[in-house]
Amino acid sequence: MLLRIEGATVRFDGRPVLDGVDLGVAEHEIVCVLGPSGSGKSTLLRAVAGLQPLDAGRVSLDGHDQSGVPAHKRGVGLMFQDHQLFPQRDVAGNVAFGPRMHGAAKDERASRVRELLELVGLPGAARRRVGELSGGEQQRVALARALAPRPRLLMLDEPLGQLDRSLRERLVVELRQLFAELGTTVLAVTHDQGEAFALADRVVVMRDGRIAQSGTPLEVWQRPADEFVARFLGFDNVVDATVTGQAADTPWGKVPVPEGSAQGPGALLVRPAGVRLVDAADGLRCTVAARTFRGTHVSVHLQPEGAPRLEAACALRDAPDPGDQVGVAFDAAEILVLGGDPAA
Amino acid sequence: MDLARTEVAKEPPGPAEAAPRRRSRRGGAARLGLMALPVAFFGVFFAYPVAAIVVRGLKTEGRGGGWQFGRIAEVLGDSGIRHVLWFTTWQALVSTALTLLIALPGAYVFARFDFRGKDVLRAVVTVPFVLPTVVVGTAFLALVGRGGLLDELGGVRLDTTVWAILLAHVFFNYAVVVRTVGGLWAQLDPRQEEAARMLGASLLGAWRKVTLPALGPAVAAAALMVFLFTFTSFGVVQILGGPTFSTLEVEIYRQTSEIFDLTTAAVLTLVQFAAVGMILAVHAWTVRRRETALRLVDASLTARRPRGAGQWALLAGVLATVVVLILLPLGVLVERSLDAPGFGYYKALTSDDSGIFLVAPIEAIGNSLTYACAATAIAVLVGGLAAAALTLRTRPRGDGKTPVTDHLVRGFDALLMLPLGVSAVTVGFGFLIALDEPPLDLRSSWILVPLAQALVGVPFVVRTMLPVLRAVDERLREAAAVLGASPWRVWREVDLPLVRRALLIAAGFAFAVSLGEFGATVFIARADNPTLPVAVARLLGRPGDLNYGQAMALSTILMVVCAVALLVLERLRADRTGEF
Repeated sequence: MLLRIEGATVRFDGRPVLDGVDLGVAEHEIVCVLGPSGSGKSTLLRAVAGLQPLDAGRVSLDGHDQSGVPAHKRGVGLMFQDHQLFPQRDVAGNVAFGPRMHGAAKDERASRVRELLELVGLPGAARRRVGELSGGEQQRVALARALAPRPRLLMLDEPLGQLDRSLRERLVVELRQLFAELGTTVLAVTHDQGEAFALADRVVVMRDGRIAQSGTPLEVWQRPADEFVARFLGFDNVVDATVTGQAADTPWGKVPVPEGSAQGPGALLVRPAGVRLVDAADGLRCTVAARTFRGTHVSVHLQPEGAPRLEAACALRDAPDPGDQVGVAFDAAEILVLGGDPAA
Repeated sequence: MDLARTEVAKEPPGPAEAAPRRRSRRGGAARLGLMALPVAFFGVFFAYPVAAIVVRGLKTEGRGGGWQFGRIAEVLGDSGIRHVLWFTTWQALVSTALTLLIALPGAYVFARFDFRGKDVLRAVVTVPFVLPTVVVGTAFLALVGRGGLLDELGGVRLDTTVWAILLAHVFFNYAVVVRTVGGLWAQLDPRQEEAARMLGASLLGAWRKVTLPALGPAVAAAALMVFLFTFTSFGVVQILGGPTFSTLEVEIYRQTSEIFDLTTAAVLTLVQFAAVGMILAVHAWTVRRRETALRLVDASLTARRPRGAGQWALLAGVLATVVVLILLPLGVLVERSLDAPGFGYYKALTSDDSGIFLVAPIEAIGNSLTYACAATAIAVLVGGLAAAALTLRTRPRGDGKTPVTDHLVRGFDALLMLPLGVSAVTVGFGFLIALDEPPLDLRSSWILVPLAQALVGVPFVVRTMLPVLRAVDERLREAAAVLGASPWRVWREVDLPLVRRALLIAAGFAFAVSLGEFGATVFIARADNPTLPVAVARLLGRPGDLNYGQAMALSTILMVVCAVALLVLERLRADRTGEF
């Protein structure tokens, strides 16, 4: 493991912000920490960078304990959320800063700057003032600056957070390609699941300073560990249920569950694709409360009598209108019994 | 002080504040290291001389002499002293009220109206503040004194009344209010008032409910500064007060240098010290309140051209005030200095046969400039280190308690402000009696004057630098550290380039303040090396038109030097781009 975090704990005014976090990142791996704001993910990066001392636990790089090693001697790179480019220096001055601090000769620095600006797609921007750069350009310069001293671990704090959607989607692909080419080891944090899934080899979901789930993007998406992760990923059809055999008792009535599901009380997730609309006479009777056009499908909000709302995904031409009465049937393949206790 | 304080209001809220600023535990040690030189400086050149003179005043002669605390009550019981105390307090209160009354409309006009020549006018109203108090006194003497402009025109003389002092205090402090209150007013988001009006408040109601509470702390801070300056007023009262009116500071000077009653002087020093301590404590409290979250916007966005007769009348009234109150005294000063044919008074400055000085008065210019440069260098070094120490913040501890160094630093912050309030006369005399034996025998050294002047310059440097240093985003420093910069490199590569301009401005202030310093310098400047204010005061103390005219001429020169320094500062300020 290039990076190993063991039992990392940080408290602000007695309140734990990181609470016994264990995490490893292997060489050339891209790990993305995903969590809502306040979940402690930025503090995690700061602890690894040496900007935030730990109250307990430790951080090791290449097997060497980093406690007592100041930030400027750790050899890790950190790209800040809002870039933090040096306002009084031009683009080249920003990129060359790291190599200069490490005592690189002038011509070496110049060639490194050229090489990196080429890499991030900003050749010829060396003499521009950072104040006149667009958000996307600033992001590229910040990346070039972080890469310039060849850090053994690159950390990204909400790398694409402030950019608009289309730019973000393009850059996330570029970043992944770039890191694959360079073989960079990356630890990124974000609150955007799309960004995390697109960028990472492995996703780590954080909640209240603890790790809630860790796995490949596909694993996490397909099998959220608990109700918190499921809701954070945008699934709203989560209810308390009691599983008996291949069926579960829920506020929506009897719902089929896949073979081998955990038995007894628990939380049940029904993916929108698993909510099938049938004739009003069959299945659970619902009123269509709202419908939202999602591009590839229509999301329909259904209000059953005396039970939580259901979200269903419908093909464009099949979608009912608000106020319509419909029936609902459930598809066991899109239903999942969640582990852990339901979130409060 | 005013300009320094406006900076506080400018400190941008937002990411810099919101971001967690946490430093490693080593921050505490680094901070104590940075504090070492300023603390030593203040200990040796401030606390020690002041303590020495107080001790000498309160102890009986000879070894093993006891404390004469009984004398304190005796001095305070003296009716003459009680009269001085009473006069000092009420003139300061009235001066402060008058200044607020006259300057608050000015603050509004400068904050919210856009008109031609505004920048020049803003510089003009600031000139009095950097003028040496001796020059201010002289200018008002030329306006309302014997043979002054009003005397010639209508036989009106105010120099025997308290009005001369009060008007001079308003003249001197007009800029404090305009810049402190106006600086914040200009940055208050007008949309807050608009929001209140959309919610149904009347125009006046919106102002009362939204703007006034936001301005309140700034007004209080400005009022306290004015009170502080007028409470400790020396040069102005010395020149305009005559035998009738005397403030504590003037009385300390009289007791020390004319009556040689050190005990009374020591008691009065302690009284002034206690009073100023109280004022500063209240001031610190209001500043803390002022730094609470206000919505601030770029000042250039809130001003617009006056509309309607009422607003134009207000603008005209403020302009008229500025002309009568500020331009007229300065103009009369220049006019009086030119009263002799062929620049006679200026020519007389170059001859050394007047018998007042051992040298030609003109040499005071060279002395003043040399001293001021040395004092500026000292003040920038000491104040810069102090500001750097105050900027470093230690990480809040996991258990939520405040580290010990934080308490130390807070005390240090207050210590830096003290020279503004402790009697300059006491400091000057303390230098003479405390720094006269080895290893610190500086009595005959020229450095004594710059050291005393630097003491007054340091608070200005700290107050100018601190907001800018604090506004440097901690994460910018962190970005540099992660890229491999050691703490020292971080300071050189990140902080220094960003604060260079503030450093220049601070230096300019220290320079202007040193140039005008009078209370301490009058004691320690040697007879053959007078500074400009000392020379002016001595010339005024002699009878005869020639001496009077020369005093006017020297004052004019001093005014021009200060005004030029200020204009350079304003230019630096206007050049600011980006965040700073």
